[in-house]
Amino acid sequence: MSKVIDGLYYSETHEWVRVENGIGTVGITDYAQHALGNVVYVDMPSEDEEFAAGEVFGAVESVKAAGDLNLPVSGTIVEVNEALVDEPGLINKDAYENWIVRVRLSDEGELDNLMTAEVYRSTIDE
Amino acid sequence: MNNQLYDKLIFELSHEGRQGYSLPDAAVEFHGFGMPAGLLREKPARLPECDELTVVRHYTNMSNNNFGVDTGFYPLGSCTMKYNPKVDEVLSGVFAEVHPASPDEHVQGVLKMYRELQRALSEIAGMAEFTLNPYAGAHGELTGLMIMRRYHELRGDAGRTRVIVPDSAHGTNPASAAVAGLEVVVVKSREDGTVDVEALKPLLDNTIAGMMMTNPNTLGIFEHNIKEIASLVHAAGGLMYYDGANLNPLLGRCRPGDLGFDIMHINLHKTFSTPHGGGGPGAGPVGVRAGLENLLPSPRVIFDEKAGIYRRARTAETMGNVTGGAGNVGVLVRALAYILTLGREHIKSVGPLATLNANYIKERLKDVYELPLEGVCKHEFVFDGLKDKSTGVTTLNVAKRLLDYGFHAPTIYFPLLFHEAMMIEPTESESLETLDAFIDAMRRIAAEALSDPEMVKTAPHATPVCRPDDTAAALKQEVTLDLIKQA
Amino acid sequence: MAFKYFPHTGQDIDTMLRAVGMSSLDELYSDIPDELQLHRDYDLPKAMSEQELRAHFADLASLNTPFRACFAGNGVYDHYTPAVVEEITRRSEFLTGYTPYQAEVSQGTLQYIFEFQTMMARLTGMEVSNASMYDGTTATAEAMMMTVASARKRNKVLYSATLPRKVQRVLDTYAHYHGITLTRLPEDCNGVTSRESLDEQLAAGDVAGVIVAQPNRYGIVEDYTGWADAVHGAGSMLVMHCVANTLAVLRTPGEWGADVAAGDGQSLGIPVGFGGPHVGFMCTSKKHIRKLPGRIVGATTDALGRRSFVLTLQAREQHIRREKATSNICSNQSLMALFVTVYMSLMGDKGLREVNERGYSGAHYLAENLVASGNFKLCYPDSPFLNEFVVETTAPEPSLEQRCSKAVRNGILPGFILGGNRLLIAVTERQSRQDLDDLLTFLD
Repeated sequence: MSKVIDGLYYSETHEWVRVENGIGTVGITDYAQHALGNVVYVDMPSEDEEFAAGEVFGAVESVKAAGDLNLPVSGTIVEVNEALVDEPGLINKDAYENWIVRVRLSDEGELDNLMTAEVYRSTIDE
Repeated sequence: MNNQLYDKLIFELSHEGRQGYSLPDAAVEFHGFGMPAGLLREKPARLPECDELTVVRHYTNMSNNNFGVDTGFYPLGSCTMKYNPKVDEVLSGVFAEVHPASPDEHVQGVLKMYRELQRALSEIAGMAEFTLNPYAGAHGELTGLMIMRRYHELRGDAGRTRVIVPDSAHGTNPASAAVAGLEVVVVKSREDGTVDVEALKPLLDNTIAGMMMTNPNTLGIFEHNIKEIASLVHAAGGLMYYDGANLNPLLGRCRPGDLGFDIMHINLHKTFSTPHGGGGPGAGPVGVRAGLENLLPSPRVIFDEKAGIYRRARTAETMGNVTGGAGNVGVLVRALAYILTLGREHIKSVGPLATLNANYIKERLKDVYELPLEGVCKHEFVFDGLKDKSTGVTTLNVAKRLLDYGFHAPTIYFPLLFHEAMMIEPTESESLETLDAFIDAMRRIAAEALSDPEMVKTAPHATPVCRPDDTAAALKQEVTLDLIKQA
Repeated sequence: MAFKYFPHTGQDIDTMLRAVGMSSLDELYSDIPDELQLHRDYDLPKAMSEQELRAHFADLASLNTPFRACFAGNGVYDHYTPAVVEEITRRSEFLTGYTPYQAEVSQGTLQYIFEFQTMMARLTGMEVSNASMYDGTTATAEAMMMTVASARKRNKVLYSATLPRKVQRVLDTYAHYHGITLTRLPEDCNGVTSRESLDEQLAAGDVAGVIVAQPNRYGIVEDYTGWADAVHGAGSMLVMHCVANTLAVLRTPGEWGADVAAGDGQSLGIPVGFGGPHVGFMCTSKKHIRKLPGRIVGATTDALGRRSFVLTLQAREQHIRREKATSNICSNQSLMALFVTVYMSLMGDKGLREVNERGYSGAHYLAENLVASGNFKLCYPDSPFLNEFVVETTAPEPSLEQRCSKAVRNGILPGFILGGNRLLIAVTERQSRQDLDDLLTFLD
């Protein structure tokens, strides 16, 4: 049973975003880390890069699989989680604690297009 | 008998001052490389220094840590691991001394061999002509798709940049398409893994270059709608591409050319028994229907009727060059030797016997392994793991435990249509006794999964190494000895 | 119908058909519509016995002209193969093994690939190597695609006119369909790549990679001083196409500052074999490892702590992120990688050095004497070469073709005719003094 945290927004491609003061913190869900298995590499963008909602901003790679990372909301990257460079496996330890990027949202209205915890929970239970 | 030195690397057996070669006296005395020092390497490469016997023992012992067709049965789905005849090996070096830069008139024997194999493959596949240049199945596939693009390009129809691929296809199909500059459009399969014709229809428009299929598909099921699919794709202006990975069961019974395919490749290391060599060299000849011959890659080996000689030619319409020479000649020789040995009398039995072997295993194991698709299969079939999954023993565990019983593992977790997929292909080479022994091992593992699941989950127990740590390898990236030393 | 490759007796077939609930082999094909089935025998020759088969191939071989000495090169060099190499590569555990997905029963294959990667990295002066590629031309095309994939938004690749023609043709083909814009850097009168042209093209921008040759298609050893800095300064990658054997003595791609070394390993003792199977190689620096196409073997430990080897970084391969692939290579040229690994184990640095010394002195002996004969001149007298060079006839009669024919009639393949009365001649350790002098006599 994968962990889903209330109060976050979720994408269909299994990213989560938490928003505080116009800054979104983005990571992959517990369900996604579980499906991938041991994460061995996280390909992250540079600060100041801009992405549209749904655009690929990086990739996460495990021993047997690799998946694109899609930014759930449009915005500019303000910070990347450097800890994942040396220890990508942190994502497996706690996918919500170990975020991947922080982004300055260009349109908070886009959050309405994402799923709530409750809806996301029902999609992964299927 | 395995020597314990197996875990040494050749560099660790090296001693300064030893040598493993001898050369004749120099033809001309050497007085130094007459060029600026800046053009020469600064430090030596640090290759090993070993006497001959050390090298022989090292690699001989290493070979003992390997499984091969000559040591045991490979039930590997989609890989067609049949017997590699010894006489083909002996003959494989027959053209070893022929330099590719020799003028055509001096290499008539090699070129005649090309024509013989091209004609044999054309007859077997129902195609008009073959190129033998591509080096591997994936390389043939890429070449074939480039031919497809060239076809549309020559017709001034350059907007066709998308290719339809079923969701059950071999992973190489979409990758080859991407390299050939084609965008992949996935078409759904029905429950039996065959193409959903209704789902296909709306995809067919004037951006479609063609469709890639393998038949029988990756579940070993023959696409009986193939004629309809081909006519739909043709009517939309596209070409049909046949992935020859699963050609073996059709030998003697059915020809891709007669099914409506326009372009195809054959994996000689599968259907025509050339050895896999631990990953290569293989060969992936590409066949085309009448009308597409001039699009084949250069050089093309032809018989020049006027001059009365075999020649390497280049046509104006050629799709280009995909090789430095004209393919893996040593592999081509083995495939022709195999075809000539079977001859018209025996080659027709290959498909039926391979199909019989697959169906026999399927029927004898389906009470303990989950068979998602009932009915006759062709050369291979898929189990969806153990029937009784209560103890948590997975397909991976079963595969690893098979190694302890002296069998290679089947292809696992492919196709992606099933969670616990286990794809089994026995080939016609295997005897009833071997199949029975395999079936017996599979049944015993199913029993062990219930009686001692922990033991099955920690398998293998009898191999030279046991469950190497893949994650550590990916994190450390120690891909050379020097990177280990740095760490 | 007993046949040596089929173990099935009539009784076996009956037993098995009963087990599957069928009465005939035909019934196994009942799912294929009758009109799609082939209802005749293939039009193929009658089955041959082993003796007939050997005779057939002996007949084919007799149609080739045998040469006692081969001075043809053009990327494929006639080096000697020590007996040990063929003996080891014929071992059926190596020969008949599958791609080493099941690491537990493939340590033999995995370990020699690891040794191959170490040797190729050391030979090229690069940090990492893949498990090998089809051949030198396709390896270079893969390198081209790798530079574009690494550069993300750039799509232009420059290549030198001094690359072997066959490499250029394969680059042209792959680039055409993959959608890469290729621009050729011209050569100057000394047969080397034009540096001015490089600077102009880099200044024009948008260049993902630059591909150069060492030695080049004329056998010339080019001076790439400053090239890596210029290429890197423009944010591009430098790819060096090399002849493996010469790397034992020539400045390495690593020392030149290249990002990728690619080429053919055939010169490491693989028979010329009408062009295949040979083996491609591709090496790069650690930072580019995730963009390196093909298989890679890595070291790790097993459940009992023993050193073992596995295929690694597989997720970056095409079979996972398949629609975005920049390579469709899903295997390697494994057995040929073993071939060159055993060759290098026997030869060591010293052996490879001696082989290069012989090629060098033999080639320079021929060059000097051909010029001294007054019938030939060196096409690029001011450019250094190792074991291969180009001459041009200066006397109108006899023609180059007539001179070459004379050599051929006397059992010597004199080289590779480049066109325009130019002959490319290569020398290795296999040609004796007699062979060299005979060539001089027949070309005279």
